[in-house]
Amino acid sequence: MSKELHKKKNYVGRLGYSYRRNLHERFIESILFLSALLSVVIMLAIIVMLVKESVIFFQHVSIWEFLTDTQWTPLFDDAHYGILPLVAGTVVSSMVALIVALPLGTIIAIYLSEFAPFAVREVAKPFLELLGGVPTVVYGYFALLFVTPLLQMIFPELPGFSLLSAGLVMGIMIIPYVSSMTEDAMRAVPMHLREGSYAMGATRFQTAIRVVAPAAFSGIAAAYILGISRAVGETMVVAIAAGMQPNLTWNPMEPAATITAYIVQVSLGDLPHGSIGYQTIFAAGLTLLLMTLVFNIIGHLLRKRYREIY
Amino acid sequence: MRNVNNLDEIRKIIGRHKRWDLLFMITGIIALMIAIMTFIALFTQMLIDGMPRLTWDFFTSFPSRRPEAAGILSAWVGTTLVMLVTAASAVPLGVGAGVYLEEYAPKNLFTEIIEINVTNLAGVPSIIYGLLALGLFVYQLGFGQSILAAGFALALLILPVVIVATREAIRAIPIAIREGAYALGATKWQTVSDHLLPYSAAGILTGIIIGLARAIGETAPIITIGALTFIAFLPPSPVTNEFPYISFEWLTAPFTVMPIQMFNWVSRPEEAFQLNAAAAGLVLVVMTLAMNGLAIYLRYRMRKNIKW
Repeated sequence: MSKELHKKKNYVGRLGYSYRRNLHERFIESILFLSALLSVVIMLAIIVMLVKESVIFFQHVSIWEFLTDTQWTPLFDDAHYGILPLVAGTVVSSMVALIVALPLGTIIAIYLSEFAPFAVREVAKPFLELLGGVPTVVYGYFALLFVTPLLQMIFPELPGFSLLSAGLVMGIMIIPYVSSMTEDAMRAVPMHLREGSYAMGATRFQTAIRVVAPAAFSGIAAAYILGISRAVGETMVVAIAAGMQPNLTWNPMEPAATITAYIVQVSLGDLPHGSIGYQTIFAAGLTLLLMTLVFNIIGHLLRKRYREIY
Repeated sequence: MRNVNNLDEIRKIIGRHKRWDLLFMITGIIALMIAIMTFIALFTQMLIDGMPRLTWDFFTSFPSRRPEAAGILSAWVGTTLVMLVTAASAVPLGVGAGVYLEEYAPKNLFTEIIEINVTNLAGVPSIIYGLLALGLFVYQLGFGQSILAAGFALALLILPVVIVATREAIRAIPIAIREGAYALGATKWQTVSDHLLPYSAAGILTGIIIGLARAIGETAPIITIGALTFIAFLPPSPVTNEFPYISFEWLTAPFTVMPIQMFNWVSRPEEAFQLNAAAAGLVLVVMTLAMNGLAIYLRYRMRKNIKW
């Protein structure tokens, strides 16, 4: 048998097989590499596309006007290109959403991670996940036809479209993202830290607030950052429930357009490719991307700075 | 005497701390209830408004100017076709990227860049993907406002979800499985395709389903590519009577999808159309809930059955 195995012909055959096998492996590896590379290509394509159209836009409109003008009326005859009203709308609606989502999400996370009995957690977690899976257009419908009438009972002067009701619903919508990431971060804190705290006579609440939460800080910060960038980039709820009129206001009781709502409004019409109106949505999109990018970088730095290694 | 006093004081302090505990627990339950009640309110509101409209005709008729005659035929057909394109492009690319990053990638700067980039992509607002698709697919590559452009836009959007799910599922497989395969002379790809992928299939599938459930409900990127039009016809059928019996004409057809149809109805002032919106929303929510529910169930089964 060993004689047969060492026959020259057989040996060469095996070498050939191994060569083909290597080639095959290389081929597959490069295909897999290309699909991984695609994510970088997508990011670059996003940046190139937004910058390219924005550059054309900024040849018509100075950056100074873009940043300081207080009116945004690019589709009117008397066109003004000040991004401030849209940024204000975005900031106000996001603030309302975050005032709802961050405290509630954190409380839910602490409760589920440190207090809730096993059975409650097993039911509540999937339920929250379902809540996060509801399409945003449905939340928009809910904000316009349920929350706004409800709020009008409390504040009769509230208009039919308002940043307040859009923001509130957006806040509820973001709760699952915040709570599930915060909870994951807290549950990743090793048990012996809690046991140490309990051994010193601390209550659950003290342990949760003074031991577990600080230890999970980097994860909690990441959850908050994710919540913020969700709120800033959210489109359908504000497009449906906050009206689409650019309005420079810091009052959540008023209707106003956000950056995203403006992009939707323009896309609903039939703007010719290459017109200045077409370029405004890319300039607005670039502003939005930069805003979320800033938050992502802050999140990344926080994670790096405060990461606890057990 | 002093000792007793001290003890009393300690008891008081303990009592106070326990009250805080209780107070927080109640707050927690209330917070959870707010989230759950909102969901119930949302669902009930849609059920009350939309249920009477949910007849067989609603699924088999086209949108119309008359609210009572309008239906979601073109919308659900469009959604199905767009999802086909999305799944066909996002699944191989996402799984491939996940496998590469987890099994093949060398530890170097470039790999780290790809990893950070995937995280960043997940944080990019969906409407930005719409702008990318508008500039790149609709105009640059000349796909027009077609099913193909929409499918690709949504595929880019859910790519990070699929990548992350694949990586997590593969990472959960113990190293011993790989070592066993290598010890028997398997190549890397044989190890991946014969062992790692089958063992992580359930986890990857969970990620794919969650991604697709998200894509089904996405409205903003599809509006951005300019697909909000009155569509009262179906795309050409993928199966034809003549040779070669399969046609890809539907890829370039104009279309509408469920969330767009719902948005269209919500933004009309007539109340009758808003009832239609409720009905469409109900269908949409049931679809996404079913998909997310399936994913949750799969994950639950996996956690129970697999013991490495």
